[in-house]
Amino acid sequence: MYFGLSDEQSFFQDNVRRYLKEHATIDNIKHITSGDEKNLSAEIHKGLLNLGINGLLIPEKFGGLGLDLLFAAVVSEALGGGVGPTPFIASYVMAPTAIKHAGSKSQQENYLSKIATNEYRFGVGFSEFIGKRNDAGISFSDNTLNGRAMFVLDADDATHVLLTDEQGQIFVVDAKSANIEIVKLTTVDKTRQYSEVVCNNLEAELLKNSSDSTDPLIHAIDAGRIMLAADSLGASQTMINKAVDYAKERKQFGRVIGSFQAVKHMCAEMAADLEPCYAMVWHAAHCHDNSPNEARLMACHAKAHVSEMSKGISKKATEVHGGMGFTDLLGLHYWFKRIGLNRQILGSPELVREEAYKAQI
Amino acid sequence: MDLEYGPEYQDFTKEVQSFCKKYEGLSFIDSSNNPLGSSGGSGGPKMSRSEWQKILIKNGYFARSVPKEYGGYGGEADILRSRIIAAEFSKSKTPGAMGGQGIDMLVPTLLEMGTEEQKQAYIKPTLHGEMIWCQGYSEPNAGSDLASLQTKGELVGDEWVINGQKIWTSTAQYSQMCFCLVRTEPDAPKHAGISYLLIPMDTPGIEIRPLVDMTLNAGFNEVFFTDVKIPAGNIVGKRGEGWAVANATLGHERGSLAPPDATMNRVNMLMHLMKKETLDGKPLIEHPIYRDRLMQIQGKVLAQQSHALRLLSAKLNPGTDVKIGKMIQKLTGTELRHELEGLAIDVMGEIGTLYEDSPHLKNDGTWQFIYMYFLGLIIGGGTSQIQKNIIAERGLGMPKEPKVEGA
Repeated sequence: MYFGLSDEQSFFQDNVRRYLKEHATIDNIKHITSGDEKNLSAEIHKGLLNLGINGLLIPEKFGGLGLDLLFAAVVSEALGGGVGPTPFIASYVMAPTAIKHAGSKSQQENYLSKIATNEYRFGVGFSEFIGKRNDAGISFSDNTLNGRAMFVLDADDATHVLLTDEQGQIFVVDAKSANIEIVKLTTVDKTRQYSEVVCNNLEAELLKNSSDSTDPLIHAIDAGRIMLAADSLGASQTMINKAVDYAKERKQFGRVIGSFQAVKHMCAEMAADLEPCYAMVWHAAHCHDNSPNEARLMACHAKAHVSEMSKGISKKATEVHGGMGFTDLLGLHYWFKRIGLNRQILGSPELVREEAYKAQI
Repeated sequence: MDLEYGPEYQDFTKEVQSFCKKYEGLSFIDSSNNPLGSSGGSGGPKMSRSEWQKILIKNGYFARSVPKEYGGYGGEADILRSRIIAAEFSKSKTPGAMGGQGIDMLVPTLLEMGTEEQKQAYIKPTLHGEMIWCQGYSEPNAGSDLASLQTKGELVGDEWVINGQKIWTSTAQYSQMCFCLVRTEPDAPKHAGISYLLIPMDTPGIEIRPLVDMTLNAGFNEVFFTDVKIPAGNIVGKRGEGWAVANATLGHERGSLAPPDATMNRVNMLMHLMKKETLDGKPLIEHPIYRDRLMQIQGKVLAQQSHALRLLSAKLNPGTDVKIGKMIQKLTGTELRHELEGLAIDVMGEIGTLYEDSPHLKNDGTWQFIYMYFLGLIIGGGTSQIQKNIIAERGLGMPKEPKVEGA
């Protein structure tokens, strides 16, 4: 019995961490998020592709690495830890998972092998299946899609987008089509891309095995949720590390503030809240591939629980930094905002917990 | 990641299951004077606690790694087997082994630091449930700051003469023996002046007064020592080493207070209750706010269960770093259990306040009882605030509070 990461998983994670530490420096993040260095984020993306992040979940027969979701989770954790300013969750986890489960043999071969070679990159817009806001939503008829999908992930510069209709069918659409409009949404988290996709008689290809079952869609959404939990886990750990370091250095009243129990207890609470999240995220990822009976419950709870813990941590870690935590200068807010986005994307805690309940009755 | 135990453990699980079946409904003929452990069931075989302890040891289901010459099974420590035993016994209607501070804390301490003579004298009767122990640590003025304790021990001739008072002493009224921290070196610095003494409870000069807690049970006692004389050899470790000896056993106590599997059993019990009980004609579980609160707690317990698997794995695979992971157990486990029991009271509203033998009581009133009882566990064995100091200082490397002069 072994509960934990393999040497290969740790090694891969270290590679991603090291790459981000070197290239996604806080100065670079500032340039990228202020929009004055578009090439910089493309370069970082390219560097991560060289490490193989696009092929993690793609079977070896289609040119990928054929690894499991736990592998992807540790990569996601590293990306959260370093506020990696690149697409990942939708393009390299949700899309391959959806296509693997919903695609016919030829669809799998066509799309998965091209994701592996980076010829194709997918955005994913499944939010309306989880919770439809106002008049959003997409309908399918006569091989075309009409309507709007909000909070489509990783769609900026993508070649294709996966969309879903009210029945939970999954469609591949061409992101360069004249009948698609991809509107960039500005959120507080400028390290990642969120878009609105408007379809106007947009030609769409149905992924065959999603026509009679929502299982592939749910599988892909749950994989995405575990990735978001992992991303928040990594982001929270970075915030705790920064807060603890700061509290050991910053002096007031003639002593370092970390010697005051008011401050040190906040740090202990953050550590105690986060520590079990590691095991929970790993376990959820493991169940996703190996234990279908527990998979849904673990994915929903991991998403909701880590979101709750991370929200508290992002607040406390900022407070430990005092006024500096509030400044743009320090850049702590990038992690704060990333955690804030992760919480809402693919189901806010209340929505996801309701799904968790329904998964066990 | 590999969550399978392996085929030999599947066989072992079956073996334990059939053992449990054989002794299903076992009851004790002497449960009233020995309150540690389950009170037993009904409809099965009858025997004394001591006989049952011996059967469990003989089969390797208890005291597995304690050497045979001290009354144990004499096998290799096997964490997975222990876990299977605990899980199967808790599923069945067969009582498990006794617990208590003698078994959980004193025996490991003696095995590590006792003399050969002490091991021979004390371990076997303790494991057999024939010698019950209480712990004499806390004092009225030595709580979180335990090392400031003042109960005095003076060596006069070949006897220790003990004077002072202990408090929060559970099971003192049933105990034959007390393992006790006593200040024997009044001139030494506070941590270096303490010795770990073994005191027979029938020694003249010991007075026990029950201390009723907020649950209205006398779960604790005050114990007064007036010129209590015990042999000089009743000391574990050397004079002045008592603090180190005691710390070895505190570690045994902290980890085991609130296992997440037990908390999950209570979550399931609460969910069952919420499906049965109604408010305005609708099951409680159909009220969205109550349901969401239950789900929040279920998520927290799942996180702790996964975490427990990680800690289990770290025991099996030495070298895994789980330093902070172990330190958080007492804090997070007790707080979560208290929160869960409190939720059950909230969803029941007025019915949740019923107690003792009131009409309309649910689940024998255990929700209120455990809600209060766990407040005791949050405070006892190092308060949550002390736990946070430990996590911050030893886990995160944060500096200690500056010392106040004279403390």
